[in-house]
Amino acid sequence: MATQTSTSSAATALPAKRVGRRSVNTWPLLSPSVILLFLWMIVPLAMTLWFSFQYYNLLSPEVAGFAGWDNYSYLLTDPALWTAMINTLYLVFWVLVITVGLGTLLAVLFDQEFYGRGVARLLAIAPFFVMPTVSALIWKNMLMHPVNGLFAFFSRSLGLPVIDFFTDFPLTSVIIIVAWQWLPFALLILLTAIQSLDHEQKEAARMDGAGPFSMFFFIILPHLARAISVVIMIETIFLLSVFAEIYVTTSGGPGLASTNLAFLIYLRALREYDVGGASAGGVIAVILANIVAIFLVRSIAKNIAD
Amino acid sequence: MSTVVLKDIRKSFGDVQVIKGVDLAIEDREFCVFVGPSGCGKSTLLRMIAGLEEITSGELKIDGEQVNDVPPAERGLAMVFQTYALYPHMTVADNMAFSLRLAGVSKEERYQKVRDAARVLQLEPLLERKPKELSGGQRQRVAIGRAIVREPRVFLFDEPLSNLDAALRVQMRIELARLHEHLNATMIYVTHDQVEAMTLADKIVVLQGGIVEQAGTPLELYHHPRNLFVAGFIGSPKMNFLNCTVSAVEAAGATVQLPGGASLTVPVHPGPLKAGDQVTLGVRPEHLRPSETGELQAEVMVVERLGGETFLYCQLAGVGMLVVQADGEVATQVHDRIAIKLNPVNCHLFTADGMAVERAIRHPLADLRRPVARKAG
Ligand SMILES: Nc1ncnc2c1ncn2[C@@H]1O[C@H](COP(=O)(O)OP(=O)(O)OP(=O)(O)O)[C@@H](O)[C@H]1O
Ligand SMILES: [Mg+2]
Repeated sequence: MATQTSTSSAATALPAKRVGRRSVNTWPLLSPSVILLFLWMIVPLAMTLWFSFQYYNLLSPEVAGFAGWDNYSYLLTDPALWTAMINTLYLVFWVLVITVGLGTLLAVLFDQEFYGRGVARLLAIAPFFVMPTVSALIWKNMLMHPVNGLFAFFSRSLGLPVIDFFTDFPLTSVIIIVAWQWLPFALLILLTAIQSLDHEQKEAARMDGAGPFSMFFFIILPHLARAISVVIMIETIFLLSVFAEIYVTTSGGPGLASTNLAFLIYLRALREYDVGGASAGGVIAVILANIVAIFLVRSIAKNIAD
Repeated sequence: MSTVVLKDIRKSFGDVQVIKGVDLAIEDREFCVFVGPSGCGKSTLLRMIAGLEEITSGELKIDGEQVNDVPPAERGLAMVFQTYALYPHMTVADNMAFSLRLAGVSKEERYQKVRDAARVLQLEPLLERKPKELSGGQRQRVAIGRAIVREPRVFLFDEPLSNLDAALRVQMRIELARLHEHLNATMIYVTHDQVEAMTLADKIVVLQGGIVEQAGTPLELYHHPRNLFVAGFIGSPKMNFLNCTVSAVEAAGATVQLPGGASLTVPVHPGPLKAGDQVTLGVRPEHLRPSETGELQAEVMVVERLGGETFLYCQLAGVGMLVVQADGEVATQVHDRIAIKLNPVNCHLFTADGMAVERAIRHPLADLRRPVARKAG
């Protein structure tokens, strides 16, 4: 993932004019940080790869040694992996839809002048500063809890049946929580982008007869395209590895209903003490992330570059 | 037919009054130019006409119809912005067709009109490009094209050429003049540039501090400025001003005592002017020339040779600097002492409150108007 993004940003920098090459050899100066970063990346990756080819279960230390593709075939034939993969993509997709959609609308709203805009902006940004664990706990115990939760209180006072979110809609609940956390990020980026829209362009559109809707679809949305790409790219990177929210709320359940890849690896490695299997899961996660990256980041980076 | 009439138009931002009562009538097919120092309210006035800025009080009429509360798109105006304000994600053709698209004009008709406008502006080969692939002059032409396709009653321009380099500005200026003749449309144009104002305008409106100082043909403003401000603002280099005392008043003019002793009879209708009054004598650099028989003695401090003409910045003892436009051939050097000749016919007199004393002879070209354009073919 990291290497992907850095190559794409290098690609964007390429068309810029090259200043004449310096004759100084910069390698000695660059090497410490490059070597450090390389080790930082390669050591865990190499260890993961190594373990993924070993029988290594902490509960049964007597079974050890080279496993060949066993860990992988075990995982890939395990229906849990496919469920987790689908859950991962589902979660990423819907959180992106919600944050980008709502973020755009809120950005348009917060771009208007209204009384108390400063406070409203601050409140809208605030969720981003809450730790994922904490916000998930708040959602779990104070909002979505079927007995103590605020939502339950509302539906009870309206005489409606109480919804047990984490039992009935586990993945949806996780999606709501994660979307709530990432909405401020989308909003922040999109609001800055909206504010950079040339004032005269909007006035020109007004003179051309654009009402609020035409203004949004023909002027504001195209202007935001680039910022939306950035939001999608950055959020995808982080959303592929959502963990704390699941750990705190549903623990991946009921069954595997809200288990994503990161959580599955955790289940294998720490619940079942199967380091080998978990490492194989990690490698699969890296591969999946790179597949997403190739499709998504490439196309978006191209969009940003031009 | 498209006339624009402003009646006692005012504009306040909060407590600050920016436009302080403007009365103006812009005729059909007139090219009207707003000039004035920075911050005098030119853009604000234009934006009020466009409908982008609310009118605090007063009446704005287009074609005799009050449009104070009509939204911008329905006033039948088109505006060209200083920064062009093209839509960056649309091609040139889409940029130009945008207003028609919003108005629900069919695709065919839209592109027919775009092609027509593109032909006039020589934009045909560029129709499929994005704005960022165009040069500044081309972008400007697209912005004008976007205005043309709407077939507006009035074109509004806010310093449209100020982002272009000098050579391109001259070229675009000529194209604008051609375009005005071709389209036969009413145009209102804001500029900082003297030359643009003088060359393009049928009517120049000089604004200062939110009020109209004078409105008239370019040569009327040049030959018959109403006050010191207009006299100083129109013309480059600026008109020279000398403080003098009136020594005698007759029907044929007022005789003033020049610094240095000589006296000069300026042909004006003296009105309430009487001997002993303090007045300001104004004379343009191009109406002064070095001459043996000159009335004013001065020392040359700076010489600017432009080739065809030479500007002499002369120190007049006890008075100040005087700019003289001399022939390009003069050999005068810095620190030479020269005599400067005044022609009384070209002199202006201003009373102590800054108002011009009416000149006796009206300049024959002051009321010259552009011949009414032929019908556009
Ligand atoms: N939105 C606004 N709020 C408050 N004051 C404003 C606003 N717009 C303009 N002004 C003030 O109104 C005055 C006139 O502004 P305007 O833009 O019309 O000047 P201008 O003649 O176009 O100047 P320039 O030649 O520099 O473009 C200025 O003093 C400016 O500070
Ligand atoms: Mg302005």
